[in-house]
Amino acid sequence: MLEKALYGSKKYWALVLFLIGLTLVGTVAYIKQYMYGLGATGMSRDISWGVYIAQFTFLVGVAASAVMVVLPYYLHNYKEFGKIVILGEFLAISAVTMCILFIMVDMGKPARVLNILKYPTLHSVMFWDMVVLSGYLGLNLLCGWVVLQAEKKDVPPPKWIKPFIYVSIPWAVSIHTVTAFLYAGLPARHFWLTAIMAPRFLASAFSAGPALLILLALLVRRYTEFDAGKKAISKLATIVLYAGLVNFFFLLMEVFTAFYSSVPSHKETFVYLYMGLEGMGNLVYVMWTSLAVGFIAILMLLFPKNRENYGRLAVACALLFVSLFIDKGVGLVIGGFVPNPLEHVLNYHPTAIEIMVTIGVWGAGFLVLTVLYKVAISIRALTSPGTH
Amino acid sequence: MGINRRDFLKGLGGTVAALGAAGIVEGLVSDRKAEAIHQAAPLTGTIRWGMVVDVAAFRTEEDFRRCEEACHKYHNVPRFNSLKDEIKWIWSDRFENVFPSASHQFVSEKMEEQRYFALCNHCANPPCVRVCPTQATFKDTSNGITMMDWHRCIGCRFCMAACPYGARSFNWRDPRPFIPGELNPDFPTRERGVVEKCTFCAEVIALGEAPGPGEELPEKQMPRCVKASEGRLVFGNLKDPESQIRRTLKATKTIQRKPQLGTQPSVFYIV
Repeated sequence: MLEKALYGSKKYWALVLFLIGLTLVGTVAYIKQYMYGLGATGMSRDISWGVYIAQFTFLVGVAASAVMVVLPYYLHNYKEFGKIVILGEFLAISAVTMCILFIMVDMGKPARVLNILKYPTLHSVMFWDMVVLSGYLGLNLLCGWVVLQAEKKDVPPPKWIKPFIYVSIPWAVSIHTVTAFLYAGLPARHFWLTAIMAPRFLASAFSAGPALLILLALLVRRYTEFDAGKKAISKLATIVLYAGLVNFFFLLMEVFTAFYSSVPSHKETFVYLYMGLEGMGNLVYVMWTSLAVGFIAILMLLFPKNRENYGRLAVACALLFVSLFIDKGVGLVIGGFVPNPLEHVLNYHPTAIEIMVTIGVWGAGFLVLTVLYKVAISIRALTSPGTH
Repeated sequence: MGINRRDFLKGLGGTVAALGAAGIVEGLVSDRKAEAIHQAAPLTGTIRWGMVVDVAAFRTEEDFRRCEEACHKYHNVPRFNSLKDEIKWIWSDRFENVFPSASHQFVSEKMEEQRYFALCNHCANPPCVRVCPTQATFKDTSNGITMMDWHRCIGCRFCMAACPYGARSFNWRDPRPFIPGELNPDFPTRERGVVEKCTFCAEVIALGEAPGPGEELPEKQMPRCVKASEGRLVFGNLKDPESQIRRTLKATKTIQRKPQLGTQPSVFYIV
């Protein structure tokens, strides 16, 4: 089926070449980083995880969010999601690919990464994160591919695939729960030491992921013959709205616990992120931007009319995506390191190389996504010529 | 017929219930002490190395510098000019930084001005060992030292996020050109991309026989900082009730760093 990706319009090839270009930029930057060491990044002894791990964490959420279309379709037989489900599964594949790439570029000794398999360490959450992430990648590749192949042949999907689809549902929850445990289980970091870390991760994922999926579905609809359907998109918008509301509710829970208890170690990171601490606070404007655009997006989505209007829906989804991207893809991970265990407050500034590598990984991820979507859409065009 | 939704949910529910029950049963039958429960790898040997820092005995900057230099020189620790690349095994900081949870209002002038050594605590229950995905950092259960295998470390820096004492450094760039003075051929240099930290001079301790009960480690097998401290640092076996370190701990009021985290540090401070 992959050969479908080799035939396309000029626009398709322009997009592919553009994404290859981004990937190359990232590759060149990564080679520079590899030759010099991770010192080429803005990370330090005190803030030892930066943009890479933050992006990884955010994208695990995007990957997990595929469950928001898989679950209603396969478990509740919600037929309206029939077309969008493959877009969700393929988005998950590209998101997990980006996760793996972000981990690889963050390794001090990437050539040794298989040590995780050679010395499996059951008490390390990172080991389990590797297990669930690679398992999820496999499940989505398998389910997406088999279902699409069946569709190509115009037959129902084989029965043996059903258990895999069902398993992929709790598995999606597990990838984000285990990723949250990377943070929530550390005695050293007050900001992360919270039992609602996993629920917070899931709420943010189930909002940001489907928001991206809506944007992608709208793009696909505009540039190809493939339409996921008005009902599917509108239902997904409702999911984005509710998960977004829960996400901000959880954030408020954390703020209440920190500030009503008034325990300094619980408050300090919040103060650093939103107000600045001891003269440091290079994320303050970014964090307020996240809150502001998130608030606007939620407000827009609250009105059913905005959810039906594709233009306004796209704006709201983009705003919410940006908001959650900042909240989790920047503030949550980097903020956790400030103040450090010896109560020193320091800033972290990503370097140009770090930003280029990050763009490169996103480029590679979207390249995978474009190719997969091309295959899916070509097959749909083949089997249901009546729809366009 | 394949599995339908109802069967699947039934199966799933059963599995979850079984897992839950197993957990509860385990909780009921085990009557281990709370202390043992959060000990990842119990120290099985007859030795647990520990250190007492006699804070008041460190008066001048020179007292600190001598220990730091002895350690850093012996272990080929590089010195960078930038805070970003910094690597340190033992260093000093203020009371409120080394003991943020013990710090209080209106501390005495003496406490305020005094500086305190910070180093790896060789915790009995180390979070860094718990999180390491390759066992590159591990507990030597025969002597309580938290060790580093620099050939196994993949540089994920999970241990740095996990250490509550900021005791770990990462080689952000090639450390070798930044090692000041002559290289010590007895100790390996590191490569970029791995984490490093104090090892309680495990390799120096191992130069001779381990001391028996009631015996102390000979001077030449003492960790380098202890040797350079001229008695300001006391090093010994915490498992031997007759050792000097245990007698010191028994006779003097000491504190540990962040004891509320349950890591059980092996480094104590007379304040």
